[in-house]
Amino acid sequence: MAEKFELNEVEVWDGNYATSQALRQAQVDVVAAYPITPSTPIVENYGSYVANGFVDGEFVMVESEHAAMSGCIGAAAAGGRVATATSSQGFALMVETLYQASGMRLPIVLTVVNRALASPLNVRGDHSDMYLGRDSGWIQLDAFNSQEAYDLPLCAFKIGEDMSVRLPVMVHQDGFTTSHKAQNVYPLDNDVAYNFVGDYVPVDEMLDFTRPVTHGAQTEEDWHYEHKAKQHKALMDSRPVIDRVLAEFKELTGREYKRVETYMMEDAQIALVILGSSVETAILAAKQLREEEGLKVGIIAPRCIRPFPYDLIRDAIDNSSNLKAICCMDKSAPGGAMGMLFNEVSSAAYTTNTRPLISNYIYGLGGRDFAIDEAKRIMKEQKAHADAGHITTNIQQFSGLRGPKLGFYETRRS
Amino acid sequence: MAITSVKNLKEFSTNNDRFEGAHLLCPGCAHSMIVRELMNCTDDNLVISSNTGCLEVSTAVYPYTSWDTSWIHIGFENAATAVTGAEAMYKARKRKGTLKDPDAPVKFVAFGGDGSTYDIGFQWLSGAMERGHDFTYICLDNENYANTGGQRSSATPIGATTSTAQAGTHSYGKKEKKKDIVSIMAAHGSPYVAQLAPNKWKSMAKGFQKALETEGPCFINTVSACTTEWKFDPKDTIHVTDLATDSLMFPIYEIIEGHELNILYRPKNIISVEDYLGAQGRYKHLFKPQNRHVIEQIQKDIDDNWARLQRREEARI
Repeated sequence: MAEKFELNEVEVWDGNYATSQALRQAQVDVVAAYPITPSTPIVENYGSYVANGFVDGEFVMVESEHAAMSGCIGAAAAGGRVATATSSQGFALMVETLYQASGMRLPIVLTVVNRALASPLNVRGDHSDMYLGRDSGWIQLDAFNSQEAYDLPLCAFKIGEDMSVRLPVMVHQDGFTTSHKAQNVYPLDNDVAYNFVGDYVPVDEMLDFTRPVTHGAQTEEDWHYEHKAKQHKALMDSRPVIDRVLAEFKELTGREYKRVETYMMEDAQIALVILGSSVETAILAAKQLREEEGLKVGIIAPRCIRPFPYDLIRDAIDNSSNLKAICCMDKSAPGGAMGMLFNEVSSAAYTTNTRPLISNYIYGLGGRDFAIDEAKRIMKEQKAHADAGHITTNIQQFSGLRGPKLGFYETRRS
Repeated sequence: MAITSVKNLKEFSTNNDRFEGAHLLCPGCAHSMIVRELMNCTDDNLVISSNTGCLEVSTAVYPYTSWDTSWIHIGFENAATAVTGAEAMYKARKRKGTLKDPDAPVKFVAFGGDGSTYDIGFQWLSGAMERGHDFTYICLDNENYANTGGQRSSATPIGATTSTAQAGTHSYGKKEKKKDIVSIMAAHGSPYVAQLAPNKWKSMAKGFQKALETEGPCFINTVSACTTEWKFDPKDTIHVTDLATDSLMFPIYEIIEGHELNILYRPKNIISVEDYLGAQGRYKHLFKPQNRHVIEQIQKDIDDNWARLQRREEARI
């Protein structure tokens, strides 16, 4: 029996510490992990819980992130709760096994502290690793601050382990701006948190010797397609489960989360679509512009990256009858395409009645600061698009970049 | 009933079979002999993992499986990590009291070919050995990437021709010597490592049992003659393996706690390596006059290694 970890009603935790506490309270059976900046403290903190008897589970320090997820897969197939943490290059090294974990329908929780991908080597936060995982078949949730870095992993176990879902779940938070920023966090009582997550229910476990199971079979053209289609269906069908778990969490804590968070969208004329710790910056900028210039700015912040909430994005656009222009803010090098948010939001917007103008900004790569003034400048530019009735700049631009302006792809609408 | 009480091959063949006969391995492949022997040498429950390779692609093609036991495959390189992850889960759940049958005896075993063991999965194997999990890793060493059509591995002996180290007018085949995986594993501080062969099935069963019963990470390299890539008649698998062990190309021995080396088979008549090489198509080109020096080199290496093993056995270091 684990020692009781005493908690105050309000704690001052950074995102990493908040996440490690959620893993402790969920009574994870096996954590197999490898440290990497900026998620290292999650693993270190968990190690301190192990060393001081606050957890009963196994803590396996492996020799690489690939092995971390490999160990998690073996452990999960053996029928218990499993979690780990990583960032950036570690995430990239894990990619092969991410697809294997989801294809084997193992509800592992991976807490990802977002960081840029080399080269050039960079330890600061952007969303390159988050974007790298977006076709891996995992549910991806995004925490914008420390409180959410505590709350969402608790929800993640409950979502992934739901009998109708049985999929692995990532919970993202921004490197440094969330992971290393101490904020007030309201934790749940240990028992309340565990009871919310619930006991782990094994499915096809390798340690039930009365019923031998084969995990990780081979399929070729005769069955592979059916398996992948079913996997996609499970991911798409997880949406009501995510909604239900978030609603239960609200009932328990009063803290409300949705697959898409919207702020000030009712009367918005322009909107920013943005992720992570930048959401709070964007909200502040929008409020200031509303006060200073009467500019009606709203914010759309997808909390669920996969399955992508096309339905809710469409609703957000359709329910904002004044909306004329949307700017999608992508914090990841687009690699010869438009940013991910631009592509996804455009898909959703194309099925709306109003089809607002949509442009794309790349910003904040490698931890480049994103401040309120920059957000306001981008919002005002959207106002110019809205007034002109067409996009007055290149559709894709780079914000906060030193040197000459960089932009690509002009509109033909005028 | 486990093989402990079995006196001869006829009895062995009547054993409870947890590795089903229906699989897609080549006729004459030694893999199935080795795997069956491992699974039959214990009555304990087994949790088995396999790296991607011949064994894996031949035994778990959906919707079929040859494994009448818990089995997992993830990728080419990580069977050691997969099964040690399961072993960690076993410990956690035993402690927490969530196992369905907490008293059921269980052993954790990983299988890999030489490609996944010597090469692509080397780091994962090394990590799992260092962490000291209670498991046994068995390498099915057929000295090439047979699953993908016979490319060289670091277990391929010098002089063998493979599709990526070919013999030709300017080449005698692979230029590099085989990696000494047994010594490397012994150097990890493993309590039990061995090199075993299916023609010596009694010593192989004994070695498997020793590894399973020994607490901690154990490693066994097994010689698995490959009819397809070594190029011999499928009926000759055991004959070719006899030539391998009697020429001392594959000496049979164990190392306990990294220093106590025991030779488990001393051929009454040590045969020339030419007899072994000559039985396989992959060494045919070595018998051309310009390549004879490679055969001499192989023979010398065998003699040196045999002398070294005997000295180590005597010195206990």
